[in-house]
Amino acid sequence: MADFEWPWQYKFPPFFTIQPNLETRKKQLEAWCSLILSYHRHTKSYSLNITEAQSSPLFYNKSLSRKLHVDGIYTILDELNKKGHIEWKDKSKKECLIMWRTPGEWGKTIYKWADDKGMKNTVCTMYEITNGEDSEDTEFHGLENWLLLRSLKCLQAEGKCEIMAGNEGVKFF
Amino acid sequence: MDRLEWSDGSLMSGESHIDQQRGVGIYDGHDKTSFDFGMLSVTSHRLIWRDHRNRNSVIALPLSLVVYLEEQASGFAKSAKIIVHLKPAPTNKPAGPSTYSAHSYIRLSFRESGEREMLRSLNEALQARKWEQHVPVSQPTSQLSARHRPGIVGIERSIQQKNTNTNKKITVAFEDLSKLIDQAKEMVSLTRTIATKIKEKQGDITENETRKFKSYLLSMGIPNPVTRETHGTGDKYYTELAKQLASVLTQPVEECGGMMTLTDVYCRVNRARGMELLSPEDLLHACELMEVLHLPVRLRTFDSGVLVLQSQSQDEEKVISHTTQYVEEHGFSTAEELAQSIGVSVLLAKERLLLTEKVGGICRDETVEALKFFPNLFLTQPA
Repeated sequence: MADFEWPWQYKFPPFFTIQPNLETRKKQLEAWCSLILSYHRHTKSYSLNITEAQSSPLFYNKSLSRKLHVDGIYTILDELNKKGHIEWKDKSKKECLIMWRTPGEWGKTIYKWADDKGMKNTVCTMYEITNGEDSEDTEFHGLENWLLLRSLKCLQAEGKCEIMAGNEGVKFF
Repeated sequence: MDRLEWSDGSLMSGESHIDQQRGVGIYDGHDKTSFDFGMLSVTSHRLIWRDHRNRNSVIALPLSLVVYLEEQASGFAKSAKIIVHLKPAPTNKPAGPSTYSAHSYIRLSFRESGEREMLRSLNEALQARKWEQHVPVSQPTSQLSARHRPGIVGIERSIQQKNTNTNKKITVAFEDLSKLIDQAKEMVSLTRTIATKIKEKQGDITENETRKFKSYLLSMGIPNPVTRETHGTGDKYYTELAKQLASVLTQPVEECGGMMTLTDVYCRVNRARGMELLSPEDLLHACELMEVLHLPVRLRTFDSGVLVLQSQSQDEEKVISHTTQYVEEHGFSTAEELAQSIGVSVLLAKERLLLTEKVGGICRDETVEALKFFPNLFLTQPA
């Protein structure tokens, strides 16, 4: 992760202790939330396993020898959950889906792309959107299917597209 | 049967209880008597029979009258018996249930068995012949009561005598102590004269030396400690005490960095008071009054429950800004480091840090090694 630019907080030891002062904690949680999302955007990953995360550089700064405690991780993830950026895969909260953009935001990006490419009123496949040549330089290239489907559903609710039966294709309006 | 005598059931002096058996009847020779069912006890001196129903019916037989014992085994519908052969009754014998008997023996009928044990105990008692060792067995109780003065006057006199005795003991015990107090008074007056002399010659001695000497004087004693004796009880006492504490402690608290834990206060005050020690409760009560009395020092409770006396000049905001500044200058700080640098106890240093954290001046870094505090970059640095 050499090219990932860590925020200044990452090198600040108190960042790894959940602050008791409410005002301070609010700022700290904000910083953590944005760090987690930008980190996942950078690695283009869409899920987080709590057990694995504890030893990942995200929560463990080896050079500082500081580690965010698992309780702290949950505190931050709960905060992200409130904001709609994560979703627990199951009730045991061992793994979560990370949406560094919410489905609504994704939908807008995709719709804009489709508009730019003149793909309105034509049917394109899901594969085409996330893995096609046309989308190679977009952020949603390589977007996981579940998230794509969810984003398109958001668009569908707004009446901007229609998902074909079988969830294989979509038609933008 | 005429050898038996009435008894109150109590033991004589020197007499000891050996054994007892319930369900025993007494026969006068062959004839049944009204002493049919009772508790038979063997003592070192007597055989005592106590009626089961009527507790007041107690008869006794001195063992000295027993010639020998004979055992009669139990048979069909007949309980086991011990035949006690007796000497003729002595002439001066106390009153008994009967004055004449045709038989020179009585029989003890054991309706609820236990005759074996009783026979053994009786034989032992007879062999021991304890009654011969104490010749004046008669009327021991009257002798005992003769020593007491009867009536309320007697009781009052004995109480009075006891009181005088205790007083004597106490005076002896505290003689040394009162001498010590007298000498302490001399010492205090001596320190006073020295203090006034110092005041007169203020020019010759440096400020620092004067202060040092005064602090020595302070630790030697408070000249007129406020006590319950001098200032009564209740509010008055606590008010006066609070005033005195404030006047004595303002300077030391100031020197300690504006704050002193109540434990330290307690130690210092009691050392200064010498003899008239304060209880922790009294001290706490007095300190609680300081706020109401507008004294220069106040009691303050931290969130953690730590009680301190705080000088009024000690402004909370000042403490916070000082602590923040200190942490910013040093990059980070632990309670120990802060304590060393500003000269307060670690406990108080920690309280200061926590206070500053509470208002957001600093933030914490909690690791297994230590609790460190950093400048609160979360709030000061843009994200």
